[in-house]
Amino acid sequence: MAGKPLFLQWLLISVLAEFLQFLFSGVTIGATYALVGLGFAIIYNASHVINFAQGEFVMISGMSTVSLLAVGMPLPVALLLAVGITVVVGVALEKFAVEPARNASVVTLIIITIGASIFLRGAAEVIWGRDFHSVPAFSGSEPIIIGGAALLPQSLWVIGATVVVIIALRWFFGRTRTGKAMLATSYNPLVARLMGINTRFILSLSFGLAAMLGALAGILIAPISLTYPSVGVMLGLKGFCAAILGGLGNPMGAILGGLIVGVSEAMTAGYISSAYKDAVAFVIILVVLVMIPNGLFGVKGTERV
Amino acid sequence: MGFWQPRRAGILALAAVIAVLPAVLPNAFYYDVVILVGINAIVCVGLNLLIGYGGQISLGHAGFFGLGAYFSAVLTGTYDWPPLAALATGAVSVGVLSFIVARPILKLKGHYLAMGTLGMGIIISIALNQEVDITGGPDGMPVPAFAIAGWEPSSEQTWYWIVAALLMISVWLALNLIDSPVGRALRSVHGSEVAASVAGVDVTRYKILIFVVSAVMASFAGSLYAHYTGFITPDEASFFHSIEFVTMVVLGGMASTFGSLVGAAILTILPQLLTVLHDFEMLAFGAILMGTMIFMRKGLVPSLVDLAKRARP
Repeated sequence: MAGKPLFLQWLLISVLAEFLQFLFSGVTIGATYALVGLGFAIIYNASHVINFAQGEFVMISGMSTVSLLAVGMPLPVALLLAVGITVVVGVALEKFAVEPARNASVVTLIIITIGASIFLRGAAEVIWGRDFHSVPAFSGSEPIIIGGAALLPQSLWVIGATVVVIIALRWFFGRTRTGKAMLATSYNPLVARLMGINTRFILSLSFGLAAMLGALAGILIAPISLTYPSVGVMLGLKGFCAAILGGLGNPMGAILGGLIVGVSEAMTAGYISSAYKDAVAFVIILVVLVMIPNGLFGVKGTERV
Repeated sequence: MGFWQPRRAGILALAAVIAVLPAVLPNAFYYDVVILVGINAIVCVGLNLLIGYGGQISLGHAGFFGLGAYFSAVLTGTYDWPPLAALATGAVSVGVLSFIVARPILKLKGHYLAMGTLGMGIIISIALNQEVDITGGPDGMPVPAFAIAGWEPSSEQTWYWIVAALLMISVWLALNLIDSPVGRALRSVHGSEVAASVAGVDVTRYKILIFVVSAVMASFAGSLYAHYTGFITPDEASFFHSIEFVTMVVLGGMASTFGSLVGAAILTILPQLLTVLHDFEMLAFGAILMGTMIFMRKGLVPSLVDLAKRARP
C-alpha cells in the first residue's frame, strides 16, 4: 500500500532534481550571456555602434589568464591582469577602429567591428595557437548538492560576480557624475557636449567598460567551458541576442535577456535535444522580434521623418 | 549620351574583360579563382539590390546560398534528379521560404533587422550541420557533376564560359531592374520609407520583392557552386560566409553593381594571396577589412569615382 506514494515521491524528487540541474547550468551560462549583452548595451548607448568584437573580449581574457598562469603568476593576480589587458584592447579598439570611422553608416560600422573581431581572433591564433586550454576553478571543483542537483562552486562565482556587477553598475549610472554623464550622452550627445561633458572620453570609457564586462565573463566561464581562439564567436552572438531580446540599449533588459536565453538553452538541451541547443537563442529572438519589433523592454521611439 | 550611357558602357566593359581574360589566364588554377569570383559576384549583384538600393541589411544570405547548394547536392546525389531540375527546385523553394520570412523580418529596422537576418542564417546553418542523415553533417557531402541531357561541362574553360554568361545575365537583369519603376521605388524606400509611402510606393511589397530576388540569386549561385566544386560543407551557409558576402558588396561600394563585382573579385582573390602569410592570414584579412572600411567608407568603386571626378573638374 505504501509503495505507490513512495514511488510518486521519488519520481517527484528526481524530476525536481533534474529540473534544478538544468536550471543551474542555464543560469550559469545565462549570466555569462548577460555580461556580454551588457557590454553590447553600454557601447550601443554611448555610440550607437554594435560591437561585433564583444565576444573577442571574452576570449582575450580567458587566453591571457592561461598565459599568465603558465609564467607562474598566482591565480588572483593573473585574473586581474587578464581583465586589465582586455580593457586596454577594448580602449585601443575604440581609438584606432571606431573613432576614425565616426558617422559612418550602420553597415560600415558593423563590418569594421567584424573586421576587428577577425583581426583579434587571428592575433590570438598567432600568439596562442589553436589549442583548447583549461583554467583551474577559483575554489575547487567539488560540487555542492542542492535538492539532488550538483552545483559547481564555479557556477556560484559566475552568478555572484554577475550580481555584484549589476549592483555596481546601478550605483555607477545612478550615483556617480561619470555614470550620469554617460547616460546623458546616450540620450543626446550634442546637448551632453554643450553641458560640458567630454563625449570622446565617454566613448572610450564605454568600450573600456564593455571590455571589462566581457573579460569578466571570460575569466568566470573559462574553468567551466575551456578557452580557445574562437570561443568568443558564439558567446558574442548570443550576447547580442540577449541585448536585442531585452531591447537594445536597456542594460537591465540585456541581463534578463541573457538569463532567458541561457535557461531556455539549458532546458532545450536537457528535455528536448542537445543538437539544436545553439539554435534556441536565435529561434527565441526571431519569435520575439516578429511579435515585438523593439525587444521585450525596448522603447518604441517615435520616428523622425 | 545616347547609346554610351554609363550603364551600357559598364556592361560592355564587363563583356570585354570576360572576353580577354582567357587569353591571360595561364593555367587551371587561375581559371578556378576566376570562376569562384563569378559565382560570388552573382550573389553580390543580388545582395547589392537589397543592401545598396533597398537599404536593407542582411547578415544571413549565406543561408540561402547554402540551401541552394544542398538542394542541388541532395536531389542530384541522393535522389538522382537531373541537375537542372534540382537547381530550379532549390531556387523555387528558397524563393518561397524567403517570401514567407520576408514580411515579418523586413518589418524590423537597423540593428534589429541585422539580428533577425543573422538569426535566420544561423538557424539554417545549424540545421545543415545537425541533419546528418540528409546532409552528411559537418563533414559535408559530395555533389555529382553538372549535366544537361548527357552533356557535362568538364574542363575549367567550359565552366568559365557558363559562369561568365550567367554573370552577364545577372548584371543585365540587375541594371534593368534598377532603372525600372521598381528600382526607382526601391531607391525612394532607401531614402525615406515614410516619404516613399506618402508618395504612394507600396514599401512592404518592394522590400519583399527585392529580398526574394536576392535570395533566389543566392540559391542559384549556391547550386552552381555545389556542382562546380563537387563537394560542399555546412560552412557554405555559415555566419562568416554571410559576412563575406556583405563585405564584398560594401567593400566594392554600395549601390554600385560594378562595385559588387570588384568587391567579389577582391575578397575571393585576397585569401588566395594571403595564404603565403600562413599563420598571419586571418590577422591580415581582418586588418585589411578594417582599414578599407575606415578609409574608404563608401567602398572602393564610388571612392575612386569621386577621386577621378575631383582630379578632373
